[in-house]
Amino acid sequence: MKKTMILAGLAGALGLSACGDGGDQSAGPAQEADASYQDTLRTALLDAQPGDVIEIPAGKFSFDRSLSLTTDGVTIRGQGMDETILSFADQIAGAEGLLVTASDFTIENLAIEDTIGDALKVNEGKNVVIRGLRTEWTNGPDTENGAYGIYPVQIENVLIEDSVAIAASDAGIYVGQSRNVIVRNNRAEYNVAGIEIENTIGADVYGNVATENTGGILVFNMPHLPQPGHTTRVYENRIFENNTRNFGAEGTAVASVPAGTGVIINSNDAVEIFDNEISNNKTANVIVSSYYTSGYTEQFDTADAFDPYPERIYVHGNDFAGGGGSPDNMDLQALRVLKFGPTGRLPDVLWDGYAREGGADPVLCVDNGDAEVMNLDAPNDFSDPRIVDGGADCPIEPLPAVSLAAPAP
Amino acid sequence: MIRALSAGVCALVLAACGGESPPQTVTLHDDNPVNLSDWGLVTAANGALELGEGVTPYDLNTPLFTDYAHKLRTVWMPEGASAQYREGDVLDFPVGTVITKTFYYPRGTAPGRVAKAPETASERAGNGLKLDQVRLIETRLLIRDEGGWRALPYVWNAEQSEATLQRGGAVKRLTLEDEGQPRDFAYIVPDANQCKGCHATNNTTREIRPIGPKPRNLNKTYAYAEGAQNQIAKLVEAGYLVGAPAAETAPALAVWDDESAPVTARARAYLDVNCAHCHNPAGPADTSGLHLNVEAEEDAHLGVCKPPIAAGRGSGGHTYGVTPGAPDESILLFRMRSDAPDIMMPELGRSLVHEEGAALVEAWIAGMDGACRS
Repeated sequence: MKKTMILAGLAGALGLSACGDGGDQSAGPAQEADASYQDTLRTALLDAQPGDVIEIPAGKFSFDRSLSLTTDGVTIRGQGMDETILSFADQIAGAEGLLVTASDFTIENLAIEDTIGDALKVNEGKNVVIRGLRTEWTNGPDTENGAYGIYPVQIENVLIEDSVAIAASDAGIYVGQSRNVIVRNNRAEYNVAGIEIENTIGADVYGNVATENTGGILVFNMPHLPQPGHTTRVYENRIFENNTRNFGAEGTAVASVPAGTGVIINSNDAVEIFDNEISNNKTANVIVSSYYTSGYTEQFDTADAFDPYPERIYVHGNDFAGGGGSPDNMDLQALRVLKFGPTGRLPDVLWDGYAREGGADPVLCVDNGDAEVMNLDAPNDFSDPRIVDGGADCPIEPLPAVSLAAPAP
Repeated sequence: MIRALSAGVCALVLAACGGESPPQTVTLHDDNPVNLSDWGLVTAANGALELGEGVTPYDLNTPLFTDYAHKLRTVWMPEGASAQYREGDVLDFPVGTVITKTFYYPRGTAPGRVAKAPETASERAGNGLKLDQVRLIETRLLIRDEGGWRALPYVWNAEQSEATLQRGGAVKRLTLEDEGQPRDFAYIVPDANQCKGCHATNNTTREIRPIGPKPRNLNKTYAYAEGAQNQIAKLVEAGYLVGAPAAETAPALAVWDDESAPVTARARAYLDVNCAHCHNPAGPADTSGLHLNVEAEEDAHLGVCKPPIAAGRGSGGHTYGVTPGAPDESILLFRMRSDAPDIMMPELGRSLVHEEGAALVEAWIAGMDGACRS
């Protein structure tokens, strides 16, 4: 049995009109945030029972501390990502806006703004749906902003759709250590990483727009985690002009992403990048790299659980345009001029050149019209960067589609 | 008229006698009473915070840091019930157990202020506290029901006469005197869901449980009103604990600020108590791959030459969790030294930096051999 709680709160809250100007809050009229609603929502989260729908009215509500949900089977629903705004601009405590440690969780149609740390973190569970959520730092790109906008980690079955993530100082949408993931029809902009899939098994990332980030879409693997990731499809996305300077904190994985990166694969295996529009990313439209060029110096050998090399990266059918004309790296810039002339551009696909010695799997196959691949020769101190055969005829099978095992709750 | 008068005289006599009155009887509730006094566990009366009948105080070798608050911990069990000793784990407490932890400060020199100061006997009234010496902030309860543990936060009123249930937590604006210097800060009482943020030490089962009362952390001498005694022996004697070995053969965690003990043992004890409720192989922070429990090997999972996973700004521009010999380049210490909510560790439970705890971890990292590749 489902119970719907209408947290109408104060009549005054209903009177607060939303900006309704299409996601760009900074352009809208200033709206006073209502602090009196905090206790109402906090109490609803404390009292929540499985099956509850916590409905939040239109309005802008202010919170000074993190919110936390620990009950399975709860839906939190607003009236629209520009109508229902949870503002954490006055937050004094808590590493997130909303922390969820529960399964069968749905959040939809609201915004979480200006949190000190992450906007939404969902830590371990099953069956999470994030729909029509906007996470935003309204001041725009800033190293002081929170790290992640939408951050499910260790979740089996995740659907993130129709959401917007703006100005996170790490990743706007960050799916970590999860399994069976669909990220579709979202918009990520002005983040360091627009959309990042990390240590995740089985992800479909499609229909998204990633623009004005430092890097558009990232598929990474990091060491020392319970689960290495593989099998991600990145397709039918529009990934353009991700040229925002890297404003991430040094030491983080994304800090090594050069500004102007469309798609970057790092240490991950079985990634299929196809049928995307990828354009005008000034360093490169696609980068395929190993852990060894991600800013860390740790070494791994074959006995280690961690595989630092990208393998079975399949690039086909993408519509590349522009890009590579002004790489955010002095060595790459010099290389561009040297190899392609002052007005030339780097090829669409850059590969750092690291590969497992004697490895049976190909690193990458690029079967993408006239798109070229450059091996940067990083293992030899970039001494002989060269255009290489993309391996168009190499035997990589297309990956299967992700199916969320349980129907979206 | 006469009865009323004599009652008044009694009250005066009792007040004068302080702790001489018979202790309150503890009442176990399966609901969540609004007033802390309804439990009869720790109650403000006669100028003191008094312990109810059978309510036994205890302390830990190395405690969790909470903004320099002092803590009075107690345990109570129903008649005839006792906990089972479990080495390497919290005691297996019986249904009906209630654990309390009262957070308080010594009073500062200026009215309304609190002080950063070591715990002294002068703040104690028997096994309780002298209310003219301390300011009570909150009392947290852990109640062992049939189905598991329940966590309730009670917040003390300004009059220090009663604490009331505040499941939504609270922000208490305090001024802490540190060597005479006043410092304003926001003391955060966590909400009932946030209690689980630490007390659900396994993020898969999400079972709430006590964290402190493990044999190794309980194995110490306590100055009870009735005389000093080892806590494990005391619990056995009180009938609250069965299956325990003699205290001398039970494990003992290092005392974090006992400078006669090795730095490594003290630092590992400190990290275990302050971090491992999340940073253990099954905890909420297993997402980071950083394991700070006392059992963890000294390898990458302890942060040694390990890059961060999702630290964001918490990296502080550093590459590794722990860089041997280089505390100032270690993310772990950077986050301990921060009071920014998105940087600091632990994420919950403090607003101030624990300078002395950070100094210990600094000494530990400074003394570590080896180096990360560069």
